Amino acid sequence: MKSRLFFFIPLILFGVLILYFAVGLTKDPSKLDTDVLLNQPMGDFKLVPVQGRSEGLTIDDVKGQVSLVNFFGSWCVACLQEHPFFLQLKENNVIPLYGVDWDEKKPNDVVRWLARHGDPYTKIGVDVTGETIIDWGITGAPETFVVDKEGIIRYKHIGPITERSWRETLWPLIVELRKQ
Amino acid sequence: MKKLIFVLAALIAVNVSALAVEPDEILDDPALEERAREVSKDVRCVVCQNQSIDDSNSGIAKKMRILVRERIKEGDSNQQVIDYLVSRYGDFVLLKPPVKTKTLFLWFGPALMVVLGLIGIIFYYRRRSKETGETTGAAPLSPKEKARLEALLKEEGSN
Repeated sequence: MKSRLFFFIPLILFGVLILYFAVGLTKDPSKLDTDVLLNQPMGDFKLVPVQGRSEGLTIDDVKGQVSLVNFFGSWCVACLQEHPFFLQLKENNVIPLYGVDWDEKKPNDVVRWLARHGDPYTKIGVDVTGETIIDWGITGAPETFVVDKEGIIRYKHIGPITERSWRETLWPLIVELRKQ
Repeated sequence: MKKLIFVLAALIAVNVSALAVEPDEILDDPALEERAREVSKDVRCVVCQNQSIDDSNSGIAKKMRILVRERIKEGDSNQQVIDYLVSRYGDFVLLKPPVKTKTLFLWFGPALMVVLGLIGIIFYYRRRSKETGETTGAAPLSPKEKARLEALLKEEGSN
């Protein structure tokens, strides 16, 4: 009887392995370790203004209130999906939205982009060297962070913000953070 | 002609080994550059996923290569540069996953399987040799079986 049990061990191991792989397959490989920066303070940054403007973006602008930091670029097609929503946010004065523009081919590209589609941002800084985007663990655009009053990163959203992700995740979190 | 082919081949080989690093990125100090290359080879390009930043010509990879060089120039050790990138992007940024409790099975699973297999084989053969030792060979043929065997052998011989 004992030897019969022994015979089943490989089968059981195989089953465990299959289970392991099955769970692995349900995970989205494009969703990376997004949690390493969570609950960490923002790293220091000082970004230059968009061409023709006088004010850039620094860490002190973002600190002090619950705010959104959005990484975008004029080259970013998916950014246009959330753009109308951002314009609404600004119109209704919902929350400060700071933009970090990066990877522009020409400094003028973003100026034209903003003129054409509207500017929903409270302030924009341009990351010319890429130092800031690496510091925020950026892998693409758009990516949006929720930062609390103390300047601690509380949430990272990859891809365009949809009405649904706003309603179900971002807005409840913002309300919660504002109470603190 | 032969010489020309040789030179061309050599040029192509050199190009392949330094595919993505652009001339303006290279550090003046060859020792530091060497270290930067070493670090870059272990760092995953976060948009192409299966290339190192040393191999990739994507925008982010270039930015990361420059950052690696900046930090090395400023006196960071290779490990400090790697640690910084891991603190921003997680272990994902390393092409080779680090050994930790979460990855123990990944690293030692295959060896474990080999050991288990070997144990299985040893048990199997030990049991088999025990069984054959107990029965001392096969049972003798019955008269009926003997007759059939002879008939078959005769048939084989006549062909």
